[in-house]
Amino acid sequence: MPYPQNQIPLCPAPLAAALRVIPLAPLSLSLTVFSRKIARNNPGLINRLGEFDTTDFVLDPTDLPIVLCLNPNGGLPKVKLTRRRQAKGSTRISGPLAALLGLVHGAFDGDALFFSRDLVVEGDTSAALALRNAVDDAELNLALEAASLSGPFARPIQQLIALAERQTGLCLTRPEDAALW
Amino acid sequence: MVMEIVCPAGTPAALRAAVKAGAHTVYCGFNDETNARNFPGLNFDRAEMRAGVDFAHAHGSKVLVAINTFPRAGDEAIWHRAVSAAEASGADAVILADLGLLDYAARNHPGLRRHLSVQAAAANADVINFYADTFGVKRVVLPRVLSVPEIAAINCETKVETEVFVFGGLCVMAEGRCSLSSYATGLSPNMNGVCSPASHVEYNEQQGVLDARLGGYLIHRVEKGQPAPYPTLCKGCFSAGDKTGHLFEDPVSLNAEKLIPQLQKAGVTALKIEGRQRSKSYVAQVVRNFRTAVDALEAGQPMPEGMLARLSEGQAMTTGAYKKTWR
Repeated sequence: MPYPQNQIPLCPAPLAAALRVIPLAPLSLSLTVFSRKIARNNPGLINRLGEFDTTDFVLDPTDLPIVLCLNPNGGLPKVKLTRRRQAKGSTRISGPLAALLGLVHGAFDGDALFFSRDLVVEGDTSAALALRNAVDDAELNLALEAASLSGPFARPIQQLIALAERQTGLCLTRPEDAALW
Repeated sequence: MVMEIVCPAGTPAALRAAVKAGAHTVYCGFNDETNARNFPGLNFDRAEMRAGVDFAHAHGSKVLVAINTFPRAGDEAIWHRAVSAAEASGADAVILADLGLLDYAARNHPGLRRHLSVQAAAANADVINFYADTFGVKRVVLPRVLSVPEIAAINCETKVETEVFVFGGLCVMAEGRCSLSSYATGLSPNMNGVCSPASHVEYNEQQGVLDARLGGYLIHRVEKGQPAPYPTLCKGCFSAGDKTGHLFEDPVSLNAEKLIPQLQKAGVTALKIEGRQRSKSYVAQVVRNFRTAVDALEAGQPMPEGMLARLSEGQAMTTGAYKKTWR
């Protein structure tokens, strides 16, 4: 998902508004299951985290009313969505959702986002670097991972994700190398 | 002859991205203190290095292994094992800086090509020829303190291939001898492979103002909306007397793209891109940009306009020492 110049889109307001009222516990459970599947399919990701494989990370999409607390838990990740003021962790990585998703999919360079102030790291900088490097090496594609969990609905799910990507500008899949910046 | 693009790779994914983007050569290091980019989550274990070399060779690219820190007294075996592992992986060359390690490699791994790291700070033909005559060094990575005429003068007096940095973080200290990081953290790029180790870096943003501390010392404060630099002391903003500013160097990236024709005329063999700590996104884009440039030069076509500012530290670029205009 190439973006013109340095413009990183913000998450659509209706999605942000919906997250103010949606119960977070079921979503947290779903994301925990999802992250465990990713960890199973990408053991190198956990290995590359090294000593930080049990660190409490706070991933803070600044255009959403919630944050994501992630603990890799040695390969059995735990994910919890919470309101921003309740989040606790040793490392916080903040930025627009599009920037965070772009990092996960290797569409963006983390240092470039840091230079442009689109990304802010607070707390344990070593842990943040380890996570960034591990995720960059894993070459994740969240859309494919989600589709593979959907059984007979895999194809419609992928089509739905592609539509959402076009409509929102969020980087929901791993782009071809030619589209990277 | 096309100038060789030598590209960084901090992870196997970055190596593959570099090769696919057209890098003639990729340089990388093991995941320990034997290389000067010893950051968390970065670099290659032995198996990954072997697989990376195989992948590169299958696509017609070469791999250089940087073992360019200075062995610690009593622990030389760590560095010796790294040289053996590099040869076992099928790497095309090792990039070394330490005299003792060069001697060890020349004696014990004579078939393994040796390059001289920028960390050796070899900045004139006499010392380069000494390394070539004594340790069989075939290529030298020149420090980022030389002008284009100075590089041309070196190439007139040596048969050793020269490799110069053309893009990325700019280090203008006497490379291999910079201890700035040690003063604040006790760790240095020379001995530990880390300049401003992440474990000693702390950021704090309040109302849009970003403070960066290294080892507890405030080294720069960036106002809201202003681009942020790396948290290195050499790019720090200090107050001395009645002046506040970047005393050592401004937080900008080197970009010598426009100087490629002059560097070719100066006899340079290879163009090096800095940034093993960067992502595969950076690697792919920078390599593609520079590969297009050298291919255009070879074909006698005009050099394309670059699009690399957004990837640069401070989002600003300089030609560094190649055109000496510093204050």
